[in-house]
Amino acid sequence: MIMENNESNMVTIHVMGKSHEVPGDLTIMKAMEYAGHQFRRGSGCRGGYCGACATIYRTKGSYKLLGALACQKMVEDDMYIAQIPFSPAEKKSYDINDLRADANAFMVHYPEISRCLSCNTCTKACPQDIMVMDYVQAALRGDVSEAAKLSFDCISCGLCAIRCPAEIVPYNIAQLARRLYSKYVDGPAEHVLEKLKEVEEGKFDAEIAELQSLDREALKERYETREKRL
Amino acid sequence: MSGYPESMQESLRLVEKTRPNRVGKALPEMTADEKEKILQDWHPDFKSDQKRALKIGPSKGMLVPHEVADNLEAHTIIKPGDIDLSNIDYDVDVLIIGAGGAGLSAAFLAQENGIPTEKILMVQKLRLGDANSKMSQGGIQAAVAPDDNPAIHYLDVIGGGHYENKPELAELLVREGPNVIRWHEELGVMYDKLEDGTMQLAPGGGTSRKRMLSCKDYTGLEITRVLIDEFLSREIPFVELTSAVEFIMDDKGQVAGAVLYDMDHDEYLICRAKVTVLATGGFGRLHIQGFETTNHYGSTNDGVVMAYHAGANLRDLDSTQFHPTGAAFPEQIVGQLCTEKLRARGAQPLNIDGELFVYPLETRDVEASALIRECYGREKGIVTPTGMRGIWLDTPLIEVINGEGTIEREFASMLRNFNKFGIDIRKEPMLVFPTLHYQNGGVEINARCETNIPGLFAAGEVTGGVHGKNRLMGNSQLELYVFGRRAGVFAAEHAKNVELGELTLSHLDQYEKWLDETGIETDRKAPILLPEYRGKKTLKHQIKLL
Repeated sequence: MIMENNESNMVTIHVMGKSHEVPGDLTIMKAMEYAGHQFRRGSGCRGGYCGACATIYRTKGSYKLLGALACQKMVEDDMYIAQIPFSPAEKKSYDINDLRADANAFMVHYPEISRCLSCNTCTKACPQDIMVMDYVQAALRGDVSEAAKLSFDCISCGLCAIRCPAEIVPYNIAQLARRLYSKYVDGPAEHVLEKLKEVEEGKFDAEIAELQSLDREALKERYETREKRL
Repeated sequence: MSGYPESMQESLRLVEKTRPNRVGKALPEMTADEKEKILQDWHPDFKSDQKRALKIGPSKGMLVPHEVADNLEAHTIIKPGDIDLSNIDYDVDVLIIGAGGAGLSAAFLAQENGIPTEKILMVQKLRLGDANSKMSQGGIQAAVAPDDNPAIHYLDVIGGGHYENKPELAELLVREGPNVIRWHEELGVMYDKLEDGTMQLAPGGGTSRKRMLSCKDYTGLEITRVLIDEFLSREIPFVELTSAVEFIMDDKGQVAGAVLYDMDHDEYLICRAKVTVLATGGFGRLHIQGFETTNHYGSTNDGVVMAYHAGANLRDLDSTQFHPTGAAFPEQIVGQLCTEKLRARGAQPLNIDGELFVYPLETRDVEASALIRECYGREKGIVTPTGMRGIWLDTPLIEVINGEGTIEREFASMLRNFNKFGIDIRKEPMLVFPTLHYQNGGVEINARCETNIPGLFAAGEVTGGVHGKNRLMGNSQLELYVFGRRAGVFAAEHAKNVELGELTLSHLDQYEKWLDETGIETDRKAPILLPEYRGKKTLKHQIKLL
């Protein structure tokens, strides 16, 4: 059920310079709403899966600019907040069928990858705690598997790209790496294709038609007594 | 250090104490009669005072939740007189509304079936991929195991749906399963595999086989981001932060495009289209019966409202899916999804005494009812500091059963999202309670994804009939691609034979007339486009000057 806000522990946040008193147990997103903000950009799944609410902030007395997802990060007293709901980044067009799983795929489409300074700023910026620099380096040396696996939890929020001094867009590289890995390194599961062939040959048609011919009671009987192999 | 307050520690100690004796144990599945009874007694769908019969429109008389009725028995947000239809901003063959899994799939298949790329337009209320599609965690069902097949899958779907599914749609769902997985792998989706290269498969509530394929617990994210990457590579035209708000009709009674609303500029745009594919998703943000929801910010029922204004038939909207396990603690993430795959891999629901009380993989409606009964019937729930009641989901058991490291490998998102609030689910259980998850019903379609209105196709959660009165885990992911692809194929075919007439919005006048004739007096307006979460003070003093 929808709960009321707890207003016994209020803190002050500064959203793009404007100060608001908000309950201290809210996420940045809910605190901004409490303060009166209606999101158009900057709110998406609200559960840490979409990257719409990328946010940067500083806390009082600190010079450090930190990154977070507004839906996943709790407010702190005297937090200075700005949202980055969009990152200007060029995604190259390619036909995945024309590529090979090697370093060349990255060099052709995202040549700026070779400018990586290994400064690790991207990794520090990642709200998912992904080893961003490590997967960029893996892609650079053509280790598609490593790049795909290290980047798997990426939600493309864009904070790495905004912070990269070499102006690399790591999440685009990661996306290409994962598709290459799945298609060319891992390859399709044979049993899926075998089952598909059986379906296309009509092997199960009669069985489905027979189920559809049953009346409700007979179907119920069949369902309740079906064999389970779990 | 524990992530839970002192008031919950005693119960936590009981969970730890009973854990060794619970390994490998499960209560038996309920009988058919027991299931029927618990649904009647405890499922929110069966509270008769929470629904009412629609007073107007093509599905007049149909019982729907009050929140849905409020949305349908409401004024339109635009008036025909305010809209200039003579100035066409986009003139296309196929308009697709909604860039989740179904819409993206439709776009690809429309393109592959002869619609020139520049004659396709995708409009999306928020950003590409901002949809529930992306939030699916646990998996996608497809009958690809050697001991499985679409007929076995079919029986699970029909029985799980209480025999109310539209049989031809359920058949397509299961029959197309292996083909969808083939398609995903060709596009480069990273499915979890075993060392021998076969798919890692898990059971789900109500499945009779291990049929759940997964991409860790980011299944929807992985599939959606691959589709978006492909969509951008194909350079299909799209416009984000632009919501369709009403269909445009022509004088022959066809849907002929939509009035769009640019959310950045508060400006309307006109899209004329030979065919329109509706793929706008569900209604979680209507908060049926006050439940928290797992759903995306944009899940506000817009598609059903627009389609109903245009005369579309609805079905099964009386039936709402409450996912058994939404987070009940900490407060910051209450209502968010805790994937069913946790139970599939061994996590057990437990009451305040640390005792089992239900078979862990009942269908979602039955499992949710059992959790509600445990909290509010048997008073065996665990109470949080804010007064919410919940049930333990004993996640540490996953590692006891499957070995250390399993949670980090298979449940990266769950581990991360709870860690952010100080709970390590490898060491402590989650606290859960049912949460609003999915609209089982929606706009009625046939096997070609056609609605009853010429020119309007639909696919995905906005439709009804595939799942009957209860959906099984992983079948919504499958539905997106099966029916999204079909919508693209048949929309492309249809577009080639369409002659549009004069554009009109007269159906909106008609709808207003119905409201008037029925005596519905209200200041409600719909579609609502976004939920309202602003603080009370702001709303009280709100004024629109700019």
